[in-house]
Amino acid sequence: MTKAGLQALLSHWLRNPMQLFTLIVGLSLATALWSGVQAVNAEARASYDAAAQTLGEGQLAQITSADGAIPQSDYIRLRRAGWLVSPVVEGRLDGARLIGLDPLTSPSGMAPMGVRDESLSTDVLIGGVLFATQETFDRLKDHDVTRIVTPDAAPNVIITDVGTAQRLLGLESTLSRLLVAPEQPVVQTPISEVTPTLTLRAPQDVSDVGRLTDSFHLNLTAFGLLSFAVGIFIVHGAIGLAFEQRRPVIRTLRALGFPLHRLIALIAIELLVLSLVAGVIGIGLGYIVAAALLPDVAATISGLYGESVSGTLQLRPEWWLSGLMIAVGGTCMAAAASLFQLARMPLLASARPRAWAMQSGKGRLYQAVLAVVLLILAVFLGAVGNGLAAGFGMLAALLIGAALALPVILDRILAFGASRARSVMAEWFWADTRQQLPGLSLALMALLLAMAANVGVSTMVSSFRLTFTGFLDQRLASEFYVYADDADQAAALQTYLTPRVDQVLPIQFANQNVRDLPSEIYGPTAHSTYRENWLFLQATSEAWAQIEAGEGAAINEQLARRADIAIGDEITLAGEPFPVLGIYGDYGNPIGQVIVTETAFNRLFPEIRPLRFGVRMDTANVPALADALRDDFGLEDANMVNQAGIKAFSLSVFDRTFTVTGALNVLTLAVAGFAILMSLLTLATMRLPQLAPVWAQGLTRAQLGRIEIIRAVLLALLTTVLALPLGLALAWTLLAVVNVEAFGWRLPMFLFPMDYARLAIFAVAAAVLAALWPARKLAKTRPSDLLKVFSNER
Amino acid sequence: MNVRILLLLLWPVAASAQGFAGLGTSTDGFATPERPAVFDFSVDHGPHPDYRIEWWYLTANLQDDDGTHYGLQWTLFRTALTPDGGDGWSSPQLWMGHAAVTTPIDHYVTERLARGGIGQAGVTTAPFEAWIDDWQLSGPDFDNLNMTASGPEFAYDMDLIALGDIVFHGDDGYSVKSADGQASYYYSQPFYTIEGMLTLPDGDVHVTGNAWLDREWSSQPLSENQTGWDWFSLSLDDGKLMGFRLRQDDGSYYTSATWITLDGETTAYADGAFQAEPQGYSNVNGRQIPTQWNVRLDERGVDLDVYALNPNSWMETSVPYWEGPILVEGSHTGVGYLEMTGYE
Repeated sequence: MTKAGLQALLSHWLRNPMQLFTLIVGLSLATALWSGVQAVNAEARASYDAAAQTLGEGQLAQITSADGAIPQSDYIRLRRAGWLVSPVVEGRLDGARLIGLDPLTSPSGMAPMGVRDESLSTDVLIGGVLFATQETFDRLKDHDVTRIVTPDAAPNVIITDVGTAQRLLGLESTLSRLLVAPEQPVVQTPISEVTPTLTLRAPQDVSDVGRLTDSFHLNLTAFGLLSFAVGIFIVHGAIGLAFEQRRPVIRTLRALGFPLHRLIALIAIELLVLSLVAGVIGIGLGYIVAAALLPDVAATISGLYGESVSGTLQLRPEWWLSGLMIAVGGTCMAAAASLFQLARMPLLASARPRAWAMQSGKGRLYQAVLAVVLLILAVFLGAVGNGLAAGFGMLAALLIGAALALPVILDRILAFGASRARSVMAEWFWADTRQQLPGLSLALMALLLAMAANVGVSTMVSSFRLTFTGFLDQRLASEFYVYADDADQAAALQTYLTPRVDQVLPIQFANQNVRDLPSEIYGPTAHSTYRENWLFLQATSEAWAQIEAGEGAAINEQLARRADIAIGDEITLAGEPFPVLGIYGDYGNPIGQVIVTETAFNRLFPEIRPLRFGVRMDTANVPALADALRDDFGLEDANMVNQAGIKAFSLSVFDRTFTVTGALNVLTLAVAGFAILMSLLTLATMRLPQLAPVWAQGLTRAQLGRIEIIRAVLLALLTTVLALPLGLALAWTLLAVVNVEAFGWRLPMFLFPMDYARLAIFAVAAAVLAALWPARKLAKTRPSDLLKVFSNER
Repeated sequence: MNVRILLLLLWPVAASAQGFAGLGTSTDGFATPERPAVFDFSVDHGPHPDYRIEWWYLTANLQDDDGTHYGLQWTLFRTALTPDGGDGWSSPQLWMGHAAVTTPIDHYVTERLARGGIGQAGVTTAPFEAWIDDWQLSGPDFDNLNMTASGPEFAYDMDLIALGDIVFHGDDGYSVKSADGQASYYYSQPFYTIEGMLTLPDGDVHVTGNAWLDREWSSQPLSENQTGWDWFSLSLDDGKLMGFRLRQDDGSYYTSATWITLDGETTAYADGAFQAEPQGYSNVNGRQIPTQWNVRLDERGVDLDVYALNPNSWMETSVPYWEGPILVEGSHTGVGYLEMTGYE
């Protein structure tokens, strides 16, 4: 009996292969987007974890110096004063990050890859051995050292012994920082008495890198979820339709005595198998999506945050399992209502195919109420919410509320159109469109969400880019930047440059904690360059004049927000109080920043000499000066940076970000287009009874086809218009709520009407494309099929 | 003194033979002890980098003002990866420190590792200073020393004064370790009086007692068939006794001992004269460890019952072993230190 029941149920798919295709493709696409995004996230996280493990960042306290260099003698002094610290030497070797550790003193669990255990050998300690992935080694020049390929190593990171690192980096007797073991002896001399110039920094609960990149990944995850939601709309539609169409079969089976529970079990198993198949296909597609996106994500993250992410994808169980789970879970979600209905359906319930998912007026009212509640919740969360979770909660409430409100609003608009109709034709058009709305509403919701996401994310990215470009113009005001290797060269460089250019601006900074937050203190020369180019978000009226007079300091927005510092508050720098006179935007910087005037800086940090200089000069003379510095002065090319070069690099980073979001945008729009196509195709066959009378009254099939396309355009256009404010609300939430929580700074929002117009054209084009096939099918419907409607009353 | 410590110190080299072909465990290039042993003080209190392994090994039996017994250990090991090499970080010399304090109830242990060549650890002779990190054993000469060490749970600061001369083991300081002829240079200063402060979790404790310092260096590991080591240093009413028993994998032993009179005259005893037999075992860190012994040196009429002050004197270091103070009864009374290795 079970077999017969199964055959009866499955025969439905045989007769409706298109529905089966819709179901599987919808679910696959949803799973693909979700698991693709998850794969990218998992890969990036694995890379950070490897890096964090290598560097002990976040877990261990560290001792640092203001200028980033610690004399080796200070390390010995600290050890001899009872401090269990371990040296780290860090630098760039052929573009890779070279990290030298001392295997004998590094805190246990710190050095990964067995450096501490079996490989601790003569070669590692005194011979010169590098540990890195093959990928990293492939880019490395020959340095006459042993290489050990270590697949677990963080990407683009080379681990070696501290002595080898010093030799390769040319840093004799100098260390970069010291790691502080978590357990220290009971007898110690305070650091301030041993090495007064060094600072002890407490371990951070979450590393800055983690916090910053989290926001990037949250954005990606939000995208993945959105795509999945869109996919689930499709699946819900396909399953609902399948149930409706199979009602006669179910009725017959039950009338023949087939037990209800077995029927439900069969359907559930059928759906489980289908969802597993779709899930596997989706994961395969997701892998392709992820592999295509990963290089861009890796480039973005390394450019934005200086973190390396491996460019190659691994099949990690955490994402392919979550992909499968979400495929099965999504199907359950989509099918739950239908199964519930089936369980409660009277035995001989009418088997007439109703317009599927047609909602009663009461149902629509519930939907409208729920939409309003969700939208109010969104506003409430935006007004009083705190933290990233509230930001994303707000996003979710906003999007779902808007999606639920869409059919209600469209219905009102169509009703309004009908009331204004002047001709019979027009009246029929409006009424018929309204009649179709319930069947199309899921697809239209998908389009709304896709469109809104497009508008929102592109507004955010473009606002980001615009703000950042302006910020770069402010910050990179000098035409040319030079770096000295040491204080002697710096002094010589200054002497060499001064007569040749308009102005040499020393760039000097010290690392110090301000209100317990790691910060950089800058001491720029008083010069019009800064007055003209550095714009404050908030400031006292004479901020620059006062700062130049040494009466106060300016801080970046990150520091102001994290430490809750307002204009007029005091901060302490090297023991001296400074009132905060201005707060400036500092986009992309993970840590706090403070600006005091050069004279104050030199008083606070007398030991620091500037090694970097900004050079104001005629842009046209930059190449000639660079040649002269190289040939006459002997400065390495690596020590000179043309401002145009920095800008180009920074902008390329943002354009890569844009590539990632752009690709996801196109994918979500494609999924929405597919949803429209599938809804129209399914509706087309069911609508013959409504179209046949119109045809019989003289409308040609070609006219009917054209009307179908006009209807699709109208609905897409209406949805797009409604998506625009939703998208802008989304953008505002991302910029003013999520961004502030994640990054610590707020971005101004800019509008890009041309972009929106282009998006609207895309959306309408997608709708037309989706409507083309059903319309053509309608135009080609055999008159005999239309006639059958009249002869064949079911 | 200690097989496992020997292996530990040789371990980097052993690992290299597995990890990196071409660096065998051969002792080629290192100096080896030769007979007759000729010492030059104070130079020989300092390091001998051309030998592979060396240590400054101090143990002390202490009592506080109430008569409670304590034990204390301060050890600095040196090992060389290669007979010659560079300086700075490239120096082949590695250092390891072990410090411990034992009470009748607790046993506190801590370990330090250091690279030679950068000043983090080392030994100089005039004035004498042996150090690793903040731990040090230093003074104007070898007879007047200050000793400090600290760990996460304890610290100590002790002053030592030698009341007698250095004594030499084996053949005037040439100490044979196996029937195959492996040997080391080995002398001791067993006559230190010691006084100072222990810093323990419950507070500071003033203690006095006597301490025993061993100096030993060599280049060869013991025979491959030797699996462990039981070493005794005893301060008795009428003299001091150093004796060890090397356990061999066929169940036999190689023993050696030195009897030291109170005025510093030594008698060395060859294999077989010194006897040590376990009398009772304790479960320590999941291992059965003999913490009660019968120790005999018949030629001196020595027949002793020896038991651990704290059976849990387990050294949870890179390579673990048992080292702790012991109390002595029987033909003589006294205190001492016991080191046991190779009990897996």
